Amino acid sequence: MRVDQGGRPLRVVLAEDSVLLREGLIGLLARCGHEVVAAVGDARALVTAVEEHAPDIVVTDVRMPPGFQDEGLHAAVRLRERRPALPVLVLSQYVQRSYAAELLDSGDGTGIGYLLKDRVGQVEEFVEALRKVADGGTVVDPEVVRQLLRRRRDPLEQLTPREREVLALIAEGKSNGAIARELVVSDAAVGKHIGNILTKLDLPQTDETHRRVLAVLTYLRA
Amino acid sequence: MSRPGFVLSAWPWRSAAYLLTGAVAGVLTLVVIVVVAAVCGALTLVVVGLPLLVVAALGGIPVAGMERRRLRLMHRAPAAGRHQVPPEPGLRSWLTTRLREHMTWRELGYALLFAVLLWPVDAAAVVVALFLPLSVVATPLLMATVGGGHEAKVLKQWTVTSWPTAYAVAVLGLLLLALCAYVLGAAAGARAGLTRLLLAPPEGELDAKVVELARSRARLVDAFESERRRIERDLHDGAQQRLVALSMTLGLARLDAPPGPLADQLAKAHGEAGAALAELRELIQDIYPKVLTDYGLEAAVADAADRCTVPVDVALRLPDRAPRSVESAAYFVVCEALANIEKHSGATRARISGGHRAGRLHLELHDDGRGGADPAAGSGLTGLADRVSVLDGRLALTSPPGGPTLLRVEFPCELTRAADRSA
Repeated sequence: MRVDQGGRPLRVVLAEDSVLLREGLIGLLARCGHEVVAAVGDARALVTAVEEHAPDIVVTDVRMPPGFQDEGLHAAVRLRERRPALPVLVLSQYVQRSYAAELLDSGDGTGIGYLLKDRVGQVEEFVEALRKVADGGTVVDPEVVRQLLRRRRDPLEQLTPREREVLALIAEGKSNGAIARELVVSDAAVGKHIGNILTKLDLPQTDETHRRVLAVLTYLRA
Repeated sequence: MSRPGFVLSAWPWRSAAYLLTGAVAGVLTLVVIVVVAAVCGALTLVVVGLPLLVVAALGGIPVAGMERRRLRLMHRAPAAGRHQVPPEPGLRSWLTTRLREHMTWRELGYALLFAVLLWPVDAAAVVVALFLPLSVVATPLLMATVGGGHEAKVLKQWTVTSWPTAYAVAVLGLLLLALCAYVLGAAAGARAGLTRLLLAPPEGELDAKVVELARSRARLVDAFESERRRIERDLHDGAQQRLVALSMTLGLARLDAPPGPLADQLAKAHGEAGAALAELRELIQDIYPKVLTDYGLEAAVADAADRCTVPVDVALRLPDRAPRSVESAAYFVVCEALANIEKHSGATRARISGGHRAGRLHLELHDDGRGGADPAAGSGLTGLADRVSVLDGRLALTSPPGGPTLLRVEFPCELTRAADRSA
């Protein structure tokens, strides 16, 4: 059964210190037609492996040896300092937005994913998110998004509930079409909402994709 | 005093010095007290004497200070006064603290006792145990000078007329002096003991015990803390990873399973695994939040506010990291307070503010709920107050019925750069 219909197979560098999960992820990605070119168990090896293999995407755990703190995340941020366009998907056990925010601040803010590890069980969603990130999209885990929705603070205060909903779906990496389907409205209506959001958040009139990322960042920092 | 070398040691001299200075200081104290009382009494008639009376009430403090210093002649261990430290700088605060506390009045009482009763006793002891034997020893000298070589009066009572008798009396005087050294020692010892009892209550040992107790409490809290971290690590590295792997396997199995009862069962199992993962994540978060270690209190508090169902504004600014124990205690105070706000307050909005100033980390939690929070009613705040106090912190709650509720907590601590800390 084909899971990923997104086209070309991706070359993945995987960093995960648990052997159990590492092997599982290699199997899962292979199943979906992607190639894990290197699978490593610590942050330093991750940096080396990326330099050596120049992968299409990096998938990494947050907590890694040697300190078992947020070495994986920091390695990802460092990698993106060198190659701002390198797509990185971070798998985390933590819902906290601090981790997602640090990651989203790195590079140019595109090609970033922050997913809960639970999400790899939802194979299809996971692979879809992987493809989106590899294509330069931004994906924030729905659980993090849900938590943020509870907070209503500036500058999100000025958004209507519907606009906030749309912004949450943008953060999850959804396209205009997908958002329209989810909210059962027309594409044009979604476009209008997004226009309003971008205006209200005072985001500069530049490239459309980039503004969406900035909107997500504003959302995370609020 | 029971040691054989006592008479030849410095102790008789120290005792004598103690009693002698006591007599002199006592006379001076008496004079000052009489003068001040007279001046105050006269000026009371024209009202200005009243503030002077307040000053006079504080007169015990310098006397007590002098007496404690004099105690060093008799005791090697320093005698500490037990005055409280005023809550804030300034004369007014100092004055109110002093006038309210027990010790000030105790010291005033001592000063009066000293001026009226104690110094004459000191003087009498010195005269009886030092000057009398000395004058007996000086008999030959007296005979040579005042008596013109013919006679001398011992203690103005007995007349000695020959040199051998005079020398014999002097030898007798030396023996008497040795004997009186003990009297002197005993008198000074008793006197110093009384002073110490009145001015430096014997809490030294108790203090040491309290310090030890506080330390052992701090050690216990540390132990709990590292135990929490260990459990968090074990759950994260063990159960959580296995559950993710299980969920992944079930997810893949669902892709392969043809539609039917088996696929339904797999979907159910997959859902259960997902729910277990979510629950485990919550549990781990409650045991020890990783974000606290990785990003510090500011981020951890913001995240705790995110999870609260009541909207919470956070205005917490900490440029650097607080000590780990403080971060942790402050974080759990915030969590407990937010849980209370969620469960009991009926608040529609809450606010967390704080920062670090003047060597203290401050946190304030404010909610617009119905108030009436009682720390004694098992709200979990009592335990937190204990935890805060282990770190010499303070926790204060004001929650009048009808609200609003304000919880303040502060810890004395210095902030350190995050980079220095992780090294």
